[in-house]
Amino acid sequence: MHTSLTRIAAALVASTMLAGVANAETIRWARSSDALTLDPHSQNQGNTHTLAHHIYETLLERDNDGNLQPRLATEWALKEGDDTVWVFKLREGVKFHNGNDFTAEDVVYSIERAKSEFSNMRQLHAEVESVTAVDDYTVEFQMEGPSLIYPNNLTNTFIMDKTWSDENDLATVQDFASGATNHAVLNTNGTGPYTLESREVDVRTVLALNEGWWGETPAVTEIHYLTIADAQTRISALLSGEVDIVQDVPPQDIQRLSNTEGFKIETGPENRFIHFGYKFGDEPLASSNITDSNPFNNPLVREAMELVLDRDAIQQVVMRGQSIPTGIPNPPFVAGWTEELDAYPAPDVERARELMAEAGYPDGFSVTLDTPNNRYINDEAISTAYVGMLGQIGINVTLASRPVAEHSPLILANQSDFYLLGWGVPTFDSAYVFNDLVHTKTDELGTYNVGLYSNPELDEKIVSLNVESDQATRDATVAEIWEVVKADRVLLPVHNQVLAYAMREGVTLPVQPENQPHMTSVTFD
Amino acid sequence: MLAFIARRLLQSVIVMLVVAFIAFLVFRYVGDPLANLLSQDATMADYEQARERLGLNQPFYIQFFNFVINALQGQFGVSYRLQQPVSQLILERLPATIELAVASSIIALVFGVMLGIYTALRQRAFSTGVIMTLSLIGVSLPTFLIGIGLIYVFAVELKWLPSFGRGDVVQIGWWRTGLLTQSGLRSLILPAITLSLFQLTLIMRLVRAEMLEVMRTDYIRFAKARGLSKRAINFGHALKNTMVPVITITGLQLGSVIAFAIITETVFQWPGVGSLFVNSVAAVDVPVMAAYLVFVALVFVIINLVVDILYFIVDPRLRDGARSGR
Repeated sequence: MHTSLTRIAAALVASTMLAGVANAETIRWARSSDALTLDPHSQNQGNTHTLAHHIYETLLERDNDGNLQPRLATEWALKEGDDTVWVFKLREGVKFHNGNDFTAEDVVYSIERAKSEFSNMRQLHAEVESVTAVDDYTVEFQMEGPSLIYPNNLTNTFIMDKTWSDENDLATVQDFASGATNHAVLNTNGTGPYTLESREVDVRTVLALNEGWWGETPAVTEIHYLTIADAQTRISALLSGEVDIVQDVPPQDIQRLSNTEGFKIETGPENRFIHFGYKFGDEPLASSNITDSNPFNNPLVREAMELVLDRDAIQQVVMRGQSIPTGIPNPPFVAGWTEELDAYPAPDVERARELMAEAGYPDGFSVTLDTPNNRYINDEAISTAYVGMLGQIGINVTLASRPVAEHSPLILANQSDFYLLGWGVPTFDSAYVFNDLVHTKTDELGTYNVGLYSNPELDEKIVSLNVESDQATRDATVAEIWEVVKADRVLLPVHNQVLAYAMREGVTLPVQPENQPHMTSVTFD
Repeated sequence: MLAFIARRLLQSVIVMLVVAFIAFLVFRYVGDPLANLLSQDATMADYEQARERLGLNQPFYIQFFNFVINALQGQFGVSYRLQQPVSQLILERLPATIELAVASSIIALVFGVMLGIYTALRQRAFSTGVIMTLSLIGVSLPTFLIGIGLIYVFAVELKWLPSFGRGDVVQIGWWRTGLLTQSGLRSLILPAITLSLFQLTLIMRLVRAEMLEVMRTDYIRFAKARGLSKRAINFGHALKNTMVPVITITGLQLGSVIAFAIITETVFQWPGVGSLFVNSVAAVDVPVMAAYLVFVALVFVIINLVVDILYFIVDPRLRDGARSGR
């Protein structure tokens, strides 16, 4: 990780030095699936945001180290004397692609649109009570309570032009249940570094440099964004010189490509961890031969399961080195992550067997492990490897492998005893993990706490994070929650994913931890 | 005649209804569209609400019924994944698939007939053995392997032809063609060959078998006895009589080539209806999947209808049967 971070830093330095001098360059950039829509508030999905970041802009953004940076907002702070109001100072002199001025009313309009019924971005702004324009370049967000981390939620919420949107009747976001289609699905008017030239969905999107962009002129002046679904074809297109950058590189091709002359690989940690989860509670497991108790509910069994999980073996054999093993379900960029929490025990099968006997399961038990097979890097192979490891202590696992479209509804309905899941943390704050994976499952919280872990004391602390106004107190509470989550083994983390981008020699695209690379950061040798 | 066509049309409608019904029966096992539609941080309340709005909480026969009612009004809905009208998505991609299917059928027909005649006339030649063996390999190798192999040789190693996509296209009305640009034509070569190989071997073996059969018949022997030139016998008399079944098969195959170009389209990232379908299955985009399957049924129904009508015209016995007013 250290080397990749230095490489990123080096690339960033290089990009600032080179930006002015590079010639006009076209980049042909291929990935496995297209953006779903150009409507910036319709989908909360990585591919869609990645393309949108080139056309539209957000108030704040993440740099490649995961730090918050100004973008359309230049300064942001809690209002003096009122910790329920965030004040944002906006960048002056910014224009939309159609020439309209960017002002506070555009921000008000966009946040309200992102909060509206059919927007998939609305959870991120659920705590915003109202947004008001104080003057042309100042916006105030009235929160329902103190919300220290709210600015983190703004990095993928794009700002639209109110005048243009009103002209095209865009006040509501596309509703996928209705028969109508929305003008913003195929048309854009942002403030971003590139303008939309043409778009053929699932085929190619062409973007051209926005000459009037406020930022430093990027080296890339034209982008051909291509969709190539088949992994072999995608790599072939790079090898044959038809594309310059390939984003989704299968792990088995990484070694080969880095040894091929004329090509190189950039790798870096992704903000996404992979974990196993299990069913809590006294209710016996549906898929187990033990019918009078739930073995997973016994902390000794969970400890034994962690002791046979050989994370380093999974990293070396299954992931071919392309993962960062971890002992905490939280990626290293995220506030609340510490080295102590990240540490994990060395595998100890002897001790694990003792624990199983102590727990009353000397002969083990049987259970079904549900795993997706097309969602995360090598997801099914990770599960298969763990099945073998669990066999060492008599836990006899039947593997049920499904595409994610079947896996998700199954686990969301709490119908899985034992499952694999990956989780990204787009707010870069621990509360996001707690809210969805640790808090007791309710209509509003704990959606993916499908093991039904429930700890009322923790719930109270988790809810308090969302309204705490003192940073130090909040940090302390986050640390306390992590202590319990780790001690209780609420989840069994395996590793953080590593991203790999392949490109031709002469081009450098640094890895972005959310897998949302910006072509503005491309440099040419 | 009219009664016959009317009866066939009615049967066709029933076929399409059955296809749609089975499709909806199967869709439940493809997965939940909400897994892709909602964001990671959606709450359980959001899921409930979305399920309600999309009508996903209704039993499949109600969903099927709604689909049929809307389809009868020409409404196939909006794609969950791409948020564009389904009929527009399919129409936009249809030209790509048709151009690929026709190009590959022409390759298959031309080379299939040529090789078929050659191997029939030179039964014992060494080259015939080679061609027949190669044709076996052609039939048994899966399409995606052939595709990847061609890409590796002609795109990656030799760099002669593009490895993916359709090249530059020209818009003529609603038809987007790749046949008028150089890059479009170059892009067509590899996928068309890949898609044609199976049919090519099929046609070749059919022509060969028919030719061998015809060559044994009396009129060929008499023609030889009359001293006609070899050329006149082989092409004027023998080939002509082998073409009827070949044309029938090729016509029927065109339907399956349009419908099942899926693998070739995926390997070459060809932007046709097949790759649209594959992407839709992965995203459980029910409106697109349903419309596509009904469309495929329609293609087959039309081709079969045309074939039936042709038989009707050709075969007097069918005509008499219809007139007697069964």
